[in-house]
Amino acid sequence: MTVRLSVPQSAKRGDVIEIKTLISHQMESGFRRDAFGEVIPRDILKEFRCVYDGQTVFRAELFPAISANPFITFHTVATVSGELEFVWTDQNGVVTRETASIEVT
Amino acid sequence: MSMITPDRRGFVLGGAGALVVQLVPIPLRAEPEDLERAVRESFPGKTYQEGRVTLKIPVLSENGNSVPLDVEVDSPMTDEDHVTSIQIFSPENPLPNIAKFYLGPRAGRARVATRIRLADSQRVLALAEMNDGTLWAGYAKVIVTIAACIDLG
Repeated sequence: MTVRLSVPQSAKRGDVIEIKTLISHQMESGFRRDAFGEVIPRDILKEFRCVYDGQTVFRAELFPAISANPFITFHTVATVSGELEFVWTDQNGVVTRETASIEVT
Repeated sequence: MSMITPDRRGFVLGGAGALVVQLVPIPLRAEPEDLERAVRESFPGKTYQEGRVTLKIPVLSENGNSVPLDVEVDSPMTDEDHVTSIQIFSPENPLPNIAKFYLGPRAGRARVATRIRLADSQRVLALAEMNDGTLWAGYAKVIVTIAACIDLG
């Protein structure tokens, strides 16, 4: 799955930074039918979380009403230089991870 | 000679009947009680008051499959005073829950944006719970011209 992240490369300690995340996923709602009238089974990402400086700083529970290719913007306080980890989990427990580094001065 | 013999007509009608039988109904929208139940499940025993939550959704959305949503809660986001969760609810979608966001003082700012599906024109509800246990509400009315969820793609 393709992930696109927007995380500042550097920030001052204590700054509130904006983070944008996008993951390619159809987010099949389970409410659509195919050409033969059969319900297309639900296939969605259920959870997203961002871990930074040893803590989950943001978490989202996703439902079928989230559009395809989930795009989420949120904020966090720049605390230490290091990695931010982004984790998406689908309805079957399959996990997609991505990281970004930030330098905090 | 007629092209459609009784046998052929029977076959066509029989086929149509079989098709109808296979169409098990799927709920296309939530009832308002569903929304109330979803809110009660998320925030048992709590009542909410309007204020502190600004929910922004474009008033007119041509395509209900991808509607931008932006929610911000008026909070200093300190250890002593912060938002713990922001939850979005729909009165008209097949499921009342849209998203649940969990945050805390490490967020710095209680603002989240995403893109959502809307099955119909409606008033979307955003609820924010504070660490002191209070619950605040904001609304956004949106007109959707092409609904999501029910297209027979």
